[in-house]
Formats: sequence, structure tokens, C-alpha cells
Amino acid sequence: MNEQRPITIIIAIIIIGAVLLTKLFLIQVVDDSFLKKAESNAIQRVVDHPYRGLVYDRTGKILVYNYPIFDLMVIPREFQVGDTTRFCEIFKISKEYLVETYTAAKKYSSVKPSPLIKQISTTDFARIQDFLIDYPGLFVMTRSVRSYPQPSAANALGYIGEISSNQLERDSSKYYRQGDYVGLSGIEGFYENDLRGVKGVKYKLVNVRGVDKGSFKDGEFDTASVAGKNLVSTIDLVLQEYGEKLMAGKRGSVVAIEPKTGEVLAMISAPTYDPNLLTGALFGNNYMDLNRDESKPLFNRPIMAMYPPGSIFKIVQSLVGLQMGVLTPNTTYSCNRSLVACHNHPSPVNLFGAIRNSCNPYYHQAYRAMINREVSTNTFKDTELGLNAWRESVLKFGLGSSLGIDLKNEKGGSIPSSVLYDRIYGEGRWKYSTIYSLSIGQGEMLVTPLQMANLAAIFANKGYYYPPHMIKAIDGDPNKIPEEFRTRKEVGVDAHHFDLIQDAMAEAIYGTAARAAIPDITIAGKTGTAQNPQGEDHSVFIAFAPKENPQIAIAVYVENAGWGGRAAASTASLMIEMYIRREVKRLDLEEYVLVGKFM
Amino acid sequence: MRQDDLYINKIDWISIAIYSVLVIIGWINIYAAVYDEQSIKSIFDFSINSGKQLVWIGTAVLLITVIMVADYRLFENLSLILYGFFIILLIITPFIGKEVNGQILSVGFGAFRIQPAEFTKFATALALAKLMERSTFDLNQFKYQLQAIGVIMVPVILIMLQPDTGTAMVYFAFFIMLYREGMPQWYYAFGLSFIAITLLSLGIENNLFLAIGVGVIILILILLGKKKIPRIISLLGIGVLIVGYSYSIDYVVSKLPEHQQNRIMVLFNPNIDPLGVGWNVTQSKIAIGSGGFFGKGYLEGTQTKFDFVPEQHTDFIFCTLGEEFGWVGSLVVIVLFCALLIRLVMLAERQKNRFSRIYGYCVISILLFHFMINIAMTIGLFPVVGIPLPFFSYGGSSLWSFTILLFIFIKLDSHRIQLLSRIG
Repeated sequence: MNEQRPITIIIAIIIIGAVLLTKLFLIQVVDDSFLKKAESNAIQRVVDHPYRGLVYDRTGKILVYNYPIFDLMVIPREFQVGDTTRFCEIFKISKEYLVETYTAAKKYSSVKPSPLIKQISTTDFARIQDFLIDYPGLFVMTRSVRSYPQPSAANALGYIGEISSNQLERDSSKYYRQGDYVGLSGIEGFYENDLRGVKGVKYKLVNVRGVDKGSFKDGEFDTASVAGKNLVSTIDLVLQEYGEKLMAGKRGSVVAIEPKTGEVLAMISAPTYDPNLLTGALFGNNYMDLNRDESKPLFNRPIMAMYPPGSIFKIVQSLVGLQMGVLTPNTTYSCNRSLVACHNHPSPVNLFGAIRNSCNPYYHQAYRAMINREVSTNTFKDTELGLNAWRESVLKFGLGSSLGIDLKNEKGGSIPSSVLYDRIYGEGRWKYSTIYSLSIGQGEMLVTPLQMANLAAIFANKGYYYPPHMIKAIDGDPNKIPEEFRTRKEVGVDAHHFDLIQDAMAEAIYGTAARAAIPDITIAGKTGTAQNPQGEDHSVFIAFAPKENPQIAIAVYVENAGWGGRAAASTASLMIEMYIRREVKRLDLEEYVLVGKFM
Repeated sequence: MRQDDLYINKIDWISIAIYSVLVIIGWINIYAAVYDEQSIKSIFDFSINSGKQLVWIGTAVLLITVIMVADYRLFENLSLILYGFFIILLIITPFIGKEVNGQILSVGFGAFRIQPAEFTKFATALALAKLMERSTFDLNQFKYQLQAIGVIMVPVILIMLQPDTGTAMVYFAFFIMLYREGMPQWYYAFGLSFIAITLLSLGIENNLFLAIGVGVIILILILLGKKKIPRIISLLGIGVLIVGYSYSIDYVVSKLPEHQQNRIMVLFNPNIDPLGVGWNVTQSKIAIGSGGFFGKGYLEGTQTKFDFVPEQHTDFIFCTLGEEFGWVGSLVVIVLFCALLIRLVMLAERQKNRFSRIYGYCVISILLFHFMINIAMTIGLFPVVGIPLPFFSYGGSSLWSFTILLFIFIKLDSHRIQLLSRIG
């Protein structure tokens, strides 16, 4: 009986061998998930974060640079705290924070590093450096934060912050990872792709404790990071800082443009904030504070605030009228105050006089002539056609839609078309008497300070503009800036029509804004008042100078400062002086603006 | 001199060749397991385990020489003395031994330490051979069954006390030898069903399914066979016993300490705690599984090299092989083991004397058990028990004890004609 048993044992041996080999075949050859798991075990993908590009002003002064900060990382498994009280004293943290952070780190992974203390400053780092050797499982990771040598141009420069989950989802290029920093506003936001550089990747072999065991396949798959491109801003830091000084304590905007190029020389949003607040460890808290601030320092007024253009729009009306042939330099209307209110001035006036005196009834009548061309016998229809034709001409001035500046969140303002009035009043139920406010820049019309500055540039250039922009060179190359900023745009009004306008604007300084005059620099300007139903009107002024060879076009808004001839014109004048002369000699005017008692 | 010539010509060089190949592959893999690219040391460097293993291999060769030149009758004569000696050593180990991880496994002085439990294996094998050698010894008789099991159980109980469950388990391998020597078949049928039901009741979440399954099978058996009352009653009884047992095993397991529960449950689902108790199995499978068909190449493995697999040079040495040499490497080693075992069965069967044959089957039993359990454990077919892979795993005690175990049999085999004549 026992004679078959050796055979049984041999068969059992063979079966055992076959079972083992089958199972081995299944996990080694058939199932390839183990290979992936092995790679994720031992191959660590380390991202090499590139150096973010720097931003300079137009004169080469640095506006934004990178400042090293340090994250203290902990590997829970290796970490030995010893005397907790002493540890907390050295690292200046509370016991509760230590316990909480350490527990979270341990929960994440006991062998992979987690941040224990984030964003330690250089000074704190120098202090704790010597103690690190006493604590196994701690090491320091260097990162950099944005830093600003001058607390200036905060809203224009923008800020960077951790990428949101929404942005991550929308990132079709799959470039970003959770925790990456991206430009969220201003230049940082618009030029994110240039500034960010290219992330590098290193594949490292790590052992079970996460200890570096050299590079994978001798770095065959590694890529080096490429530093971000440096930008040269169009901003003139001296002018920017001066503007911020003048606007301190007020609300409003200043936008200065170089007319020949569309380069933004200064963009002041008041009140502003120190851009250094939105970097580093305190980003979160400071952002909340700024966001809650009732004066809205994060609101970039020059491109986001919209006001009715007021009297300044009369210049656009004049140009459109001239081009249409409705107006000639000799067209005369009486200052008929039964049509619309006006102030005391000789009447009747020709076009020059109308601009110089900012005569409301003149434009009421001129605009009627532009709108009601008697194309249709139906008054309503005629008004509709006239309005839409007129609107086409006005849009060419860069109004009614955003100019496409290289900053995020630019608003476009609005120039109404018949569609709007049809919606408000019903089709065929409105005519010129309904919309006449548009003639003097009031009513259903909104522009941004940037658009106003651009108007000044158009007047200076006699009929064209380059879309305003903040960056004049990427990586030192002016040709790398977006194509549209190098494309000249015509407004469709013949250059010779501007001669009269420029003369009238130069004259107007002495009529409505005598304070703005600068000896030896001819300023062409126009005051305005943006009506404010909530309170005191906003003071508005646009200008360009010198008239003969314009180097700067400027728009100034001072909110709740009343009539434009005082606050806004004075500020603009000082800015022009500073830009052209690089110094301000009219200290009494400067004092007047700084004190800010305009009323 | 005539006698020497006689037995040298009878030495089974096939077994020795397979043994040598396995030892060398093992040694090469131990080097791979401790290899560190950042501080490359020679395979012969005595500061690393491969160098130390070379010392163990060298001394193993010395042991082989001693065994081969010794008088073949010595082992039979010394069998009971050796058994007694190692049993006493096992008893006193807890008092004079060195504690590591709560276990006291080794005795000795300084660097020279041995684990008595390893050597008790061949002593027990010799004792069993001696006990069962007599022609009157009949395993169909309960008295003799009890004697044989008694010889096995004494070291088992002592080793369990250390406690070293894995090594104690190995002694159950002697039932393979007992099977060959005529232990009643139904013991094995019963034992295997017992294991199967245990595994099933642990593996199946809800024992109700098992109960239904058993019920259905019993019903079919009743309907198909002769419908006699005693048969139906006994079948029903068996069904009740099985179901009752399966519920009680769950109850017993639930009363075990949690770490032991986990050790059992992880066999069925390593994912229950991949970073804790499942770590060994998970990492071991990742290492072997990532080897693919041809492996990553010698010294190119990442999992074993970077310590993802624990105990990689001892109990989990098979991972290194699987990762670096792939399925082909596994195939070679498993075929070598099977070939050695089958060769040993053939050798055992050609013995004309019971002592040699029984001892031969003891060797087969222990090698087969180690080989099967060790590899099954690394690929998640068996719970993790700390037993080495014969000839492969790093360590002096293990290599020596397997070498002694094997070569006593090769020595006995080479004298099979004299042994026959002596008995005859």
C-alpha cells in the first residue's frame, strides 16, 4: 500500500512548485501594477521650482524681486523633540501648534517630509540654524517669495498666491500642481506664463525612509528648470511714487501714458497698499484685512472704476462732429440755458469757444445735429440710426469696451446703443430729447480712468493710439510684447481736425484750470466733473504736455473732490512737471494737493 | 581504504551539485540585498552580510567534510544522545540565551551564537529514524503513532515557549515522512479538510454562505448515495460539525490579540492595513511583482535595495531574486528545489535500510516545508511566518542546520550497501 506514497509525494512536490510558479507568473508577468507601485515606492519626483522673473521699471530700477524664505520640514519618523518647552522656545511656536502640526504631518506620512513651520524669515532662520543639528528629522527647504523694494504700484504689479482648485481644474496644460504659486492679479497675473519659467523635474531614488539614494538612471529623465523671463515695465518709478504721494489719503486714480507708444508711465490707484503685505507668511491674514477694508485698496480703480466722462467727452463730440461734417470750426450756437444748464460766459460761441468754456447748450445743439440727420422721416427711427452711427465713431476712441491692457480684470465702460434705450423705454418710444445728456458726457455712459488717459493720448497724437500697456520688454526684447501693443490704432478722425482741439485745450487751462499751468510747458487739458449721485462729485482732469511735442498724456480722478479744475488739474499738473522736469518747483501747489482740502 | 573508495563512488553528486548551485545563488542574492550604490563594497567584504555569509559557507564546507569523513554509524548511534542534548539546550535557552525582540532564540558566546531550534530539526529527524527503524514499528497502531508524535511534539512545545511559532510549525512537516511510513491516510484527509475549512471560514466574510454551501453538498451526497439511515445521520453529523467548527474558529480568532488576528486576516486581504501588518506582504509582492519576466537585472532592484522589504536578506531573500531576475529567476530556483526534493525522494527510496529511508524523508519533509512556506509567504499565499529559505537565506544557524541535515543523508546514502549488509 505504501508503495504508491512516494509517487504521491513526488506529485505533491511538483504541484507545489507549479502553484508557486503560477502565482509568481501572475504577479510578475501578468499583473503590471506592481511595477508602477515599485516606481512610486522608490522613485520620487522632485519638482525643481524655477526662479520667477523679475520686474524692472522703465529706467531699470527693480520693482519686484525674489526673496528667500525657509520652510522648516519635519520627517515624523525621525523627529525627536526631546524637551518640548525648549523646542517651542527656540522655534517660537506654541505647544498646541507643535502638537497639532506634528499630528497632521504624521497623519500625512511618517516617512515623507511635511512643513512644520512655514515661511521663516532670513533673520529667524539665522537664529534657529544652529539648533537644527540637535533635532533629527528636521530640515530646511528654501523657497522664495516676491518682494518689493519700494511699496509702490501694488495694484498694477499684482500679487501671486497659491493656485485655487478652480484654476487647477481649468488648467488644461496640466502644468500646475496643488500648492503652486500663480500670478493672481496685475502684471503678475497677465504675464504669468512669461514670469513663471519652466519647472524642472528630478527623479530621485529614495529608500523606505525617504532618504535620497541618488538619481534615477543617472538623471536620464531629469529636466532642468528654466528661470522665468524678466520684464521691463513701462512704469516710471519716480513718477509712480510721486503720484502715490500726491494721492495719499484720497480716493481716485491717476493714469499717465506716453502718447507715442501707449506705454503706461504711472498707474495710481488710491488708496493703495504695500505690496509686501501680500507676500510670505502673512498673505492670508493681510489679504483678508485688505479685502474687508471699506476703502477697497485691492480695487484697481484706474482700470476697474467707471464714471460718466462728463465735460471731457465734449472734445470727443467735437471731433466726431468735425469728421462727420456736422461741425466746422465756425459752427456757432447760442448758450441757450433753457436747453441745459451752463455757467456764465459770452454767447453765442463757436467750436473753439465751446471747448474753452465747456458750453453745455452748444453741445446739446451740436449733438442733436449729429444724431438727427434726417435720414428717416420718423423722428424715432432717425434718432436710432443717428445714435448707432455716432456710436460707431465714438467706439473708435477706445471707449465702450476694454482697451486690452496687460492687466487682469480691466473694465470696458459703456457707450449706449439703441438696444439699451429700446430696452429701457421700448422701441420707437425714445428720441433725442431722451438721450441728450450724452452730448455732455452724462447719462448712460461710463468710462474708466484708463480710457480717459487714452483719450488724452489720442488728442496728443492727433488721431491714433497704441493700446496702453504696462510692459515694454520681455527678456530684454521689446518685440516680445504682445503684437496688439505694437499695432497703431486710428480713431477715424483726420489729423487736421485736432489742431483746433489742441489749441482750445491749451486755452482751456487758463479758463477752467489756471492752477494747472506750468511756466514754459504748454499743457493742453480739459476739466471734467463726474457726477456722483451718492455724494460730492468727482474731480476729473485730462491733459497732455508739452503741446508741441507731447511726452505725457494723463487722466486724474479725485473722488468726491468737486469740480475738476481744482484737485484733479493740480495733481495732473504736478505729475506733468515731475515727468518732464524730473523735479517739482511749485511747492505751494504740491502742498495744496498734499493737504487735499479742495472744497 | 577499500571501504573509503567504495562509499566515495556512491556519493550522490547530483544532490551536491544542486545544493552548491542554490547556496551560490543565495550568496549572490544576499550581496544584492545589502548592495548600496553609494558605498560599493566587494561581495567578499566581511563588513557586509555577503562577506559574512561566505564565512558561513566556508564553515559549512568544513562541516560537510567532517560529516563525510566521520563513521557512518556515528549518526545512528548518536541519534538519541543528540536529540537529548538539543532538547536540554532548548529547555535552558530561555535562561542563558540572549533576548532579541522579546524572543530568546540563540545561545553562545560573543559572535558565535547558534539557535538550538534550528539544530533540533536534524536531531529530531535522527531520533525519529532511530525510533521507527525497528521492523515491529507499525504506524497503523495507535501506540506507535503516539510514540512518533511524542518525539515530534517535545521540541514543538519547547520552541513554542520561546516563542517562535514559525520554527515550531516546521516540525509538523515530519507528518510528510509519517505519511510515507504508513500513517493512516484518513488522518491526512481529516487534517487537510480541517485546514481547508479553517481557511474558508476565515476567508469568507459571512459564515452563513459556508453553512449553506456545506448544506447543499451534504444534501447532494445524501441524495446520490445509498439512502440508509446511519449514512444519512453521519453525513448530517459531519455537516453540523463543519459548520459548528467554522463558527467557532471565527469566535476563537476574534478572541486572539489584535496583532495575531491581523497576521491571519492580512493573508486574505493585505490591503486592510498596507502600512502596518500588511506592509511585509505588500512590499514583498511589489518587489517580486515588479521584476517582470526577465527581472530588472542584477543589482538593479530598487525595492529590496532601499529597504522597502523588511528582512530582505533572511526570510524575504526570495524578493531580491524575484525583483532582479524576474520570473525566469524564480523558475530556475523553484525547479532546482523541486529537482533536489525529487532526487532526495529517489535516494530515500533506494535505501534498503529503514533508518536511512526514514531519515531521508525527514530531510525531504523539512526542506519541502521551508521551501513551500517561505516562498508562499513572500507572494502572499501564506501568512508571514519567520522561517528561512533553505541554503538561500542569510545566517549561519540556518545554513549550517540545513547543510548538516542534508549531508547526513548523503553520507548515509553513500553507505547504503554497507548498511544493507550490516542489517542483512
